[in-house]
Amino acid sequence: MTAATIRSELRFVLNGQDVTLRDVAPDQTLLDWLRVSRLLKGTKEGCAEGDCGACTVLIGRLTPAGSLVYEGVNACIRFMGSLDGCHVVTVEHVAARDGTLHPVQQAMVDYHGSQCGFCTPGFVMSLYALWMEAPNPSDQQIETALQGNLCRCTGYEPILRAARAISSYGGTDKDPLLAERAAMIERLKALKDGARVEMGTGRNRFVVPANLDDFAALLAAEPTATVVAGSTDVGLWVTKQMRDITPVVFIAGLDELKSIAVQDGTVSIGAGVTYSEAFETLSAQIPALGPLIARIGGQQVRNMGTIGGNIANGSPIGDTPPALIALAATLTLRKGAERRTIRLEDYFIAYGKQDRQPGEFVEAVHVPVPKAAERFAVYKVTKRRDEDITATLGAFRLSLAADGSVEDICIAYGGMAATPKRAFAVEKALIGQPWNEATVEAAMAKYAEDYQPLTDMRATAEYRALVARNLLMRFFLETTSAAAPAQVSRYEAA
Amino acid sequence: MNKHTPDLKAEKIDGGVHASVRHDSAHKHVAGSAVYIDDITEPAGTLHAGLGLSTVAHGAIRSIDLSAVRAAPGVVDVLTHADIPGENDISPSGMHDDPVLAAGKVQFHGQPVFCVIAKTREQARRAARLAKIDYEEMPADIDIWDLDAATRPQVFPPLTLKRGEAASALESAPRRIKGRMRLGGQDHFYLEGQVSLAVPGEDDEVLVYCSTQGPSETQHMVAHAMGVPSHAVTIEVRRMGGGFGGKETQANQCAALAAIAAKRLNRAVKLRLDRDEDMVATGKRHDFAIDYDIGFDDEGRIHAVDYTFALRAGFSADLSGPVGDRALFHCDNAYFFPHVHAKTALLRTNTVSNTAFRGFGGPQGMVGAERVIDEIAFATGKDPLDIRKLNFYDAMGVEGERNLTPYHQKVGDCIIQRIVAELEESADYAGRRKAIADFNAGSRIVKRGIALTPVKFGISFTKTESNQAGALVHVYTDGSVHMNHGGTEMGQGLHLKVAQVVAEEFQIDLDRVKITATTTAKVPNTSPTAASSGADLNGMAAQDAARQIKNRLIDFAAESHQVPRDQVVFLPNRVRIGNSEMAFNDLVRKAYVARVQLSAAGFYKTPKIHWDRSKGRGHAFYYYAYGAACSEVSVDMLTGEYVVERTDILHDAGRSLNRTIDIGQVEGGFIQGMGWLTTEELWWDGKGRLRTHAPSTYKIPLASDRPKIFNVALTDWSEAYEPTIHRSKAVGEPPLPLGLSVLHALSDAVASVADHSICPRLDAPATPERVLMAIERLRAEKRG
Repeated sequence: MTAATIRSELRFVLNGQDVTLRDVAPDQTLLDWLRVSRLLKGTKEGCAEGDCGACTVLIGRLTPAGSLVYEGVNACIRFMGSLDGCHVVTVEHVAARDGTLHPVQQAMVDYHGSQCGFCTPGFVMSLYALWMEAPNPSDQQIETALQGNLCRCTGYEPILRAARAISSYGGTDKDPLLAERAAMIERLKALKDGARVEMGTGRNRFVVPANLDDFAALLAAEPTATVVAGSTDVGLWVTKQMRDITPVVFIAGLDELKSIAVQDGTVSIGAGVTYSEAFETLSAQIPALGPLIARIGGQQVRNMGTIGGNIANGSPIGDTPPALIALAATLTLRKGAERRTIRLEDYFIAYGKQDRQPGEFVEAVHVPVPKAAERFAVYKVTKRRDEDITATLGAFRLSLAADGSVEDICIAYGGMAATPKRAFAVEKALIGQPWNEATVEAAMAKYAEDYQPLTDMRATAEYRALVARNLLMRFFLETTSAAAPAQVSRYEAA
Repeated sequence: MNKHTPDLKAEKIDGGVHASVRHDSAHKHVAGSAVYIDDITEPAGTLHAGLGLSTVAHGAIRSIDLSAVRAAPGVVDVLTHADIPGENDISPSGMHDDPVLAAGKVQFHGQPVFCVIAKTREQARRAARLAKIDYEEMPADIDIWDLDAATRPQVFPPLTLKRGEAASALESAPRRIKGRMRLGGQDHFYLEGQVSLAVPGEDDEVLVYCSTQGPSETQHMVAHAMGVPSHAVTIEVRRMGGGFGGKETQANQCAALAAIAAKRLNRAVKLRLDRDEDMVATGKRHDFAIDYDIGFDDEGRIHAVDYTFALRAGFSADLSGPVGDRALFHCDNAYFFPHVHAKTALLRTNTVSNTAFRGFGGPQGMVGAERVIDEIAFATGKDPLDIRKLNFYDAMGVEGERNLTPYHQKVGDCIIQRIVAELEESADYAGRRKAIADFNAGSRIVKRGIALTPVKFGISFTKTESNQAGALVHVYTDGSVHMNHGGTEMGQGLHLKVAQVVAEEFQIDLDRVKITATTTAKVPNTSPTAASSGADLNGMAAQDAARQIKNRLIDFAAESHQVPRDQVVFLPNRVRIGNSEMAFNDLVRKAYVARVQLSAAGFYKTPKIHWDRSKGRGHAFYYYAYGAACSEVSVDMLTGEYVVERTDILHDAGRSLNRTIDIGQVEGGFIQGMGWLTTEELWWDGKGRLRTHAPSTYKIPLASDRPKIFNVALTDWSEAYEPTIHRSKAVGEPPLPLGLSVLHALSDAVASVADHSICPRLDAPATPERVLMAIERLRAEKRG
């Protein structure tokens, strides 16, 4: 174990102020702290589960490369312990000190973007984050940035009008956060002392490891600790289930888990890489993953949630596992200094049971990029298009032989079984067969051998079974005819 | 609003009626400085309450062990039904069937059984989970689909409407179709959940800050449950973070519990529900099973309709009776039924008691009407729009026979023909119908559909006594005005509109009029802000108050200047008295010195309306508001997923008090109605547990669910034909059923798989699953 110095203070910047805290509970949420302890009431609680966006704040954090990014996150499921070395920006910090509204705010006022106003601070923060990155966004960019913000009054149209107009109220050059970026980088760097942060005693404590080795050693020694990366899942254990999650280890700040590299036709993604961070590389390397990632949670969730966490928690309805299984991804698991690599599909053993030993953690996932001749697609079916949990998700990777027959096909689904699962019987019915509609229809009958889905609030078993079959047909049509669309889409293909 | 130098030469005041002023709180909304109940600075020592909810749908309580709850960290007190000082009942219907806390039995999963008070909210919530309650479970009715409407218990006497001889007209009609449809409910999903903060006063007094649409009702319920006179209880609300009907009666429980605990402990107590608790424990829009039997001719003209609207009332009456009534009041939508028989069945179930929701049953009635149109269109092979137009009520001005509603009120202001005609043209309905047919012929997987649906919505509370309002206006000596009325602000811009009315009356700039919190201490015995009536009623009451003061000022000016009254004219920010002009502020100051009363209470009651429920007859509505929407969708025939390509809306707000506010109501109402009929699905499991109890599982529309093209306009020619406030029309609820155009566009796309020869009978909410299953059903029927 690396002998890290231990600091028992949490240090971050809140709006303009340096904050040092010495008494923070492991499950203390940022939202409650802002509202109850700091009396900053502008940030609202709408759902306490990261789905409505009323609590959106910006978190500025230093990237491994040393730049400062501001991202909208849900304060309701963000734990205080994960804020060390960050800049927290709330709606109270957006207008100028003299009360002059920020361009984002003025546009919302002038275009009637608020009615009851309760969701509005969250919208302001999401639009602020978008505008910093894209001052003149397309409607698709705006809608994507607002997937995590619910409004029940306006019908969104006036908010879109406001979002399109923000830049006409002022340029990003005059924005205080951006103007002060260099100074804030220095301020945040000064907070990074390389120490492990540890607070509380016994089980009732949390730890922010100093580095990856520190984390590995810590978890090996204390395998029952709750590992929290994005807290988009664990956050709800606290706010909704009121579970005791102590002791907690926060790993979102570990730079060593944030690497994303492309080498020898494989994309390797560290377990701490968020969906937002992975988006650019993954969608460039494997284009079909772009639209999938853009439909996971809302922007706030994608800014916190990690692909590693999506795998590690073993959910049968996680969106990335079926896609990655179809891509033949592998996983590096680590315990202490020991590492092993397994196929992702072997990781999921049964509902709630994964091939992960006590003290072991997911360190990285390795995703082979499909070869030029391979066809890969992933389809997510939900009740609502965006920010919804999967009813059925199918992923397909196909290679055809020179004679047009199926050389190999790999099919995996989510939402159809207790784990993300391959459709072996369907695959078998296709391999070696000509890739035509008759073969596909014959193979569609085989789904019943692979899956016996359940009925729940997201879909009935009958619908899941039917859609699962039809997604194979969609894949066939999309790989064979380019003329007519084989699915509805909100946006023109890029 | 900090400009206080009036322009004394202005030709027009800033922010009078018909001006498109932005929401008075917009600058506070965006800055996070608008104060909601949970944002109010808490008095020192404020305690926090949490609810213990039942874990079974129906059962007798054998025993309750709260020792672990009481022993939990931070817990100060625990309340059960035995601790309710007054009557343990908050039934708004007088049925005495709505306990504050369950006594002896529980009637739905999630019913509040006890209330914990602790030092922090977190402690209260955690402690609430430690109760040990032993239930003797009993059989539970959850869904109404299989309940016999004729024999099952009802929560309130049902209503029957009849005109003509439906039974014989059905027998003799050339064509006849019977059918049944399922129509889901809807959670309000106001972004601010239920919340109350109670501050104890001296003697029996208590002040409750409550997110309520009905402060007077909340006041009476709190007093009733506490066993004190109403004068001891004051309810105040500056604004709500959304209401939509969900805070008409549903706010009372939190208010009563917070108040009882506050008085008992002599500490301020706040009760704010968690989102999941809010969705599980408070009522929603009623879901319906609608049976219809329709007679019509080959042209598609309706001869007779027989309906049963069965609705899931939940365990108690709440507002189910009047909600069912309003469903019947709108079962005709904009169509004349020569013979009609329609009845409700208010079925008691072991689910949360359903309640008011924007439209209050009216939209459900219209869904029934539009299903009838669809059936006839597919049976006759005509475009549904042609069937609609064929069956409209007579247009305003036409003295025909086709103008009587099922409740015997004459429709005298029907402008739906003109609205539909204008929309048909601006949306290019005919051209796009053809383009869609061409598209569908060349597209195997993606099919398009289009529909243009009308709305006629009756304006007035059908409970006649509710059609009254009060206001209180003070003019201060500096000429600034303090305005208060009985309506509540939930985002709809009511306070702004009423302030515009007052500014207009005095001819002063809007920023001279101070909007203040609604409180039962200033204006008593008010009606809930509901039934779209807020501006109609309170605007009139405030105008009355302002006119009283204005008349006194005129009297004073005429007398002091020795001119006739008609030579005192209020001009922008000034008053012309004879040949001279004086600033409004100066006149006010002089009037004060002369001891003129500068404060007035205003009052208004809607004229003409009456309604006899036992006979099913009356002039139930003062007037009607109209609108129409045309929507086009794309549907994926493999999954049932869809996208709304375009919606065009033309809506009637009369002479709008504020067009931008009203357009906001139309846009928002449409999206909310679309959500109800598409992705918002309430799903109970076999044990009666609502499993869609949070935004993770209950899906209201997102920005990316909006129509890709969304054109919304108000008519620029209509005006209320009754003397409403400045001839405007109510606009809160009428736009919601415009969302029906999406349901019917989906139905149209589905119908394409069977060459539009079979009625898709697409039920709601039309989730992708329901759409795909309808596609499959039609394909199977077509194959025979």
